[in-house]
Amino acid sequence: MVSCEQVWREISNYLENDVEAGLRKEMDEHLQTCQRCKSLLEGTRNVIHLYGDERMIELPSGFGRRLERRLARNVSAGRRWSSWSAWMVPVAALLLIAGSLKFADSMTVSPSLKSEHAQPPHNIPPDMQVIVTADAKTFHAAGCPFIHNKATERTMTAQAAIAEGYAPCLRCMRKYLNTVVAHSDDDDEEDELNAEGGVKHAQENSARAVEARRLHP
Amino acid sequence: MAEANMVLNNPGQGDGARELDLIARVQRGQNELFYELVRPYERRVYAAAFAILRNESDAEDVAQEAMLKALANIRQFRSEARFSTWLIQITVNEALMRRRRERTVVMEGIDDRQDEQGDYVPRDFADWREIPSEALERKEVRQRLAQALASLDRKYREVFVLRDMEHLNIQETAEALGISIASVKTRLLRARLMLRDLLAAGWEQGWFSRLPFEKGNKPW
Repeated sequence: MVSCEQVWREISNYLENDVEAGLRKEMDEHLQTCQRCKSLLEGTRNVIHLYGDERMIELPSGFGRRLERRLARNVSAGRRWSSWSAWMVPVAALLLIAGSLKFADSMTVSPSLKSEHAQPPHNIPPDMQVIVTADAKTFHAAGCPFIHNKATERTMTAQAAIAEGYAPCLRCMRKYLNTVVAHSDDDDEEDELNAEGGVKHAQENSARAVEARRLHP
Repeated sequence: MAEANMVLNNPGQGDGARELDLIARVQRGQNELFYELVRPYERRVYAAAFAILRNESDAEDVAQEAMLKALANIRQFRSEARFSTWLIQITVNEALMRRRRERTVVMEGIDDRQDEQGDYVPRDFADWREIPSEALERKEVRQRLAQALASLDRKYREVFVLRDMEHLNIQETAEALGISIASVKTRLLRARLMLRDLLAAGWEQGWFSRLPFEKGNKPW
């Protein structure tokens, strides 16, 4: 027979349906006779029920309107960019050629990286267009969501970025890295990893969780 | 037990087919539909950010940032995952990053990451007086419950919010916070028991007096 202490310890798992059948049966029996534990179960269930109610979440007034406005600003900014990009492409191509010529020499020397934790690139096309920003240590593919300090964005070729000491973004430039991502103590890099976690890992996590639910319904 | 599980089911799931259609359209570039897609989840996104940051304006800002990040990365979303979970996990990551950046961690105590040893002994209330959902219609009741939640240590509060208010499952909660499944279970147990004790004590302090069912219709 289970003790009251065991019931307290397992009450949360019991409500999650996460106790093995034998223990569950013993707990059921105990709960039928022990008023204290029954009260504990009822109270805990009541807590979950109340806090799980959508009404418990109060949005600041005007939240939805402000969110909608900010999203709309973002959408219209995106549109402006696409109409510009039509004629920007040939210009960018010209800059790219000029850039490749200008920095061809600097590629012969291996520059020191801005971050001592960063990994040097591997097999990266030297004329690939990349984005760098002030005070950052990494270069990114256009549209990478982990670009810090966006106001200072500059576009240049990969070789120019490398010449300036930038290292490839651990995420959007992953395929140009020699090794798997190593742990970094560097705050900047850590943020980048976490920012990545915000999207891809969320994706992987949810997919894994869905899979887990499928296996253990 | 069906009854036990009923409480833990995930509410608020919108029309799945319509949501998938909206996602597909946004993925094809109809970004103007994104707000329609996320609107059913804006409360939960805000609450996730608030649980971590505990400041309305920071939470709102992070909620907006998280939505923008989700929009920017919508093509990475795969339909085998739940969209709401994906959105909340992005939000939790954004909020944790913001907190790290602002170093508020120091203010919340250095021992916070450690789980407390030993069992939590719940207070002995022979009878639980049910607080019905209708009580949530009253602002003061919601405020009392929010205060009780806010009084929990961060490590308990965050797990409780993600599991019981955001309806992530145990594994998703563990992954979102970067802690083990065992830690989630330990903290969840303690959070739930502590809240139960606080609410029971609230009865004694008259938090729930003047509830509608007291007019001759007591459910206990």
